[in-house]
Amino acid sequence: MTTLRESFGDCRIIVTCGPGGIGKTTSAAALATAIATNEPLRVLVLTVDPARRLADALGVPGIGNEPLDVELAGAGTLSVAMLDPQASWDALIRRQAADEETAERILQNVLYQNITRRFVQSHDYIAMERLHELVGRGQWDLIVVDTPPTRNALDFLDAPTRMADFFSSRFLKWIIAPARSSVTSLAAKPLTYMADKILGNQFLTDITEFFLLLSSLYDGFVERAREVESLLAEESTKFLIVSTPEPIPTREATFFNQELQKRSLRIGGWLVNRMLPAELNLTATATGVAVLAREEMAQVASLIGVDVATMVAARDRMVAITEEYTIVADRERAQLAALAAGDTPVFGAFTAEGEIDTLQGVTSFGQRLLSAERVLKFD
Amino acid sequence: MAFTPLGSRKLLFVTGKGGVGKTTIAAGLARALADEGKSVLLIALDKRSEVGEAFGLTRLSFEPTKVDDHLSVMVLDTEAALQEYLKINLRIPIVAKLGVLANALDFLANAAPGVRELLTIGKLCYEVREKHYDIVIADAPATGHIVGYLAAPEAINSFVRVGLIRNQTDWMVDILHDPAQTGVVAVTTPEEMPILETRQLLATLATETKVAVAAAVMNRMPDIVAHGATLGAIDAIIDERPGIFGNEALRGIVTANQLAVARRREADYQFTTLREVVGGAFPIITQPNIAIVPEGSTMAREVADSLREEIA
Repeated sequence: MTTLRESFGDCRIIVTCGPGGIGKTTSAAALATAIATNEPLRVLVLTVDPARRLADALGVPGIGNEPLDVELAGAGTLSVAMLDPQASWDALIRRQAADEETAERILQNVLYQNITRRFVQSHDYIAMERLHELVGRGQWDLIVVDTPPTRNALDFLDAPTRMADFFSSRFLKWIIAPARSSVTSLAAKPLTYMADKILGNQFLTDITEFFLLLSSLYDGFVERAREVESLLAEESTKFLIVSTPEPIPTREATFFNQELQKRSLRIGGWLVNRMLPAELNLTATATGVAVLAREEMAQVASLIGVDVATMVAARDRMVAITEEYTIVADRERAQLAALAAGDTPVFGAFTAEGEIDTLQGVTSFGQRLLSAERVLKFD
Repeated sequence: MAFTPLGSRKLLFVTGKGGVGKTTIAAGLARALADEGKSVLLIALDKRSEVGEAFGLTRLSFEPTKVDDHLSVMVLDTEAALQEYLKINLRIPIVAKLGVLANALDFLANAAPGVRELLTIGKLCYEVREKHYDIVIADAPATGHIVGYLAAPEAINSFVRVGLIRNQTDWMVDILHDPAQTGVVAVTTPEEMPILETRQLLATLATETKVAVAAAVMNRMPDIVAHGATLGAIDAIIDERPGIFGNEALRGIVTANQLAVARRREADYQFTTLREVVGGAFPIITQPNIAIVPEGSTMAREVADSLREEIA
């Protein structure tokens, strides 16, 4: 039997990905915490959108763009950082710009501010760029990365390529050509004419200046984008798909699984979170209900100090709830078995309500994830 | 306090954190309002939206698909919207050459901030202005993205000072900023992160846009476990497990009930948190979890049936 930890053996980067709202951030933090507890590794968890509760549980005042150390009594160390897209973009521009003045002009450009602040497509790229930067610092043995919850969950994977394409696109060259030389590119004419008609020439001037400034960053950007891409393709980088047993998250995760496979990226496992516990199964429930039916409710009622009618109502309600939960639990296991028929190792996990409120809880959830055993294939 | 009924508006943006079921709510809301006799256009703003499935439709296109006499569903395709936009607003005919320009336009829509968003908002407002339908419901982008859309006309105004686009944004702003016409429906589930995101959304909407919130929907509210003394008895059993309930054979029963009680408590807590933030500004509609769609029905129908009383 392979455990989830074994499946991610010598990884230096674990990328958790999947649809939104399924406990991806919590899983990433819990895995990192448990690994840092058990093993003499310097672990960093890079989250995108941590809950206040998680920050509290980790005992940090709030999670910022710069890594913070979590106080952990374990074999290794744990740091936590959050992606602040705006700060990361600004830092990137400062790093890549040829000089201070260019950097400032870009940072002050109204288009730049709008793109990075308001329009979220750029967040996908910056998440991966930030990973690259943190890897480059060489301070961690393992980085667990939580990815932005995008509907098209693959945006962040394609972002480096898109960014490189963007900078090398002929259109970008066309649009900045008139500004670069006094001879207006003939090819750009119909486009600039159209853009002018639609957007007005002031806008065109703004956009041209912006792209002209950006183009001075071109070589650096394309190179970085390629490096980010190869980082994701490295042997020591593995993806952990996270979903729940519900139909829509499962469908989205299935799509994700296929796309990762298509790109020949390494998938260490597929974690199905929020499973109902194993003791909820048809046989056990039937046995339990039968045992309960034989009991004298008057006796139980006097034990807990309620009247018999209340006790009978409570028993009936408890049985009804158990039966509902058991049907759902059964359906979940069928779902898990169906997923396990594929090539990706599948792991199931149960999360207790309110479990992640403390560091101890986060750690024990992480331990459970690490020791989760691969769901066997039944042919 | 009586609230303006949701259905009296002309344009609703249904948004929420990924995974909270905003598409399902958008579909149920469209179904419920169409059942009232309104003519409804439901527009998915994301090509990958599964809103069609809620009606048993496998394919959606830019051309609206009629579900019945009162309800049509379409998906917004930026390129098709751009073509329509050029044709209607700028009187630029759909040129065959658009193929040649497609890359450039695509580039523009991707790179020029807000172009994609503006086209989307433009199409929605256009449908409202033309009054082809009584109400337009958008299965909108997730909470993190919605403000970029709602603020697009104004954002464009801030750096496009002249030109045709500039002339085009004013009437959109008029529709968007009129609370009698336009409203956001914020869908959430009673869990920490979705509630947090909803609170952030409400704050951002207030500071960065002038678009009103029409309602919040608390989706997948877990069932009430029990009332009064019965709940007390269940609590006593699951906490103390006296007598028979200590029996290993009853472990499943205790576990299931512990879960049910804990989930409902957490949900109630999260609900209260949101209610405190909202005050009485707009209604919070609760919606139970619908796990199974009966044979012959659709998800939209099931949600509509349980929303009906809440939205009246």
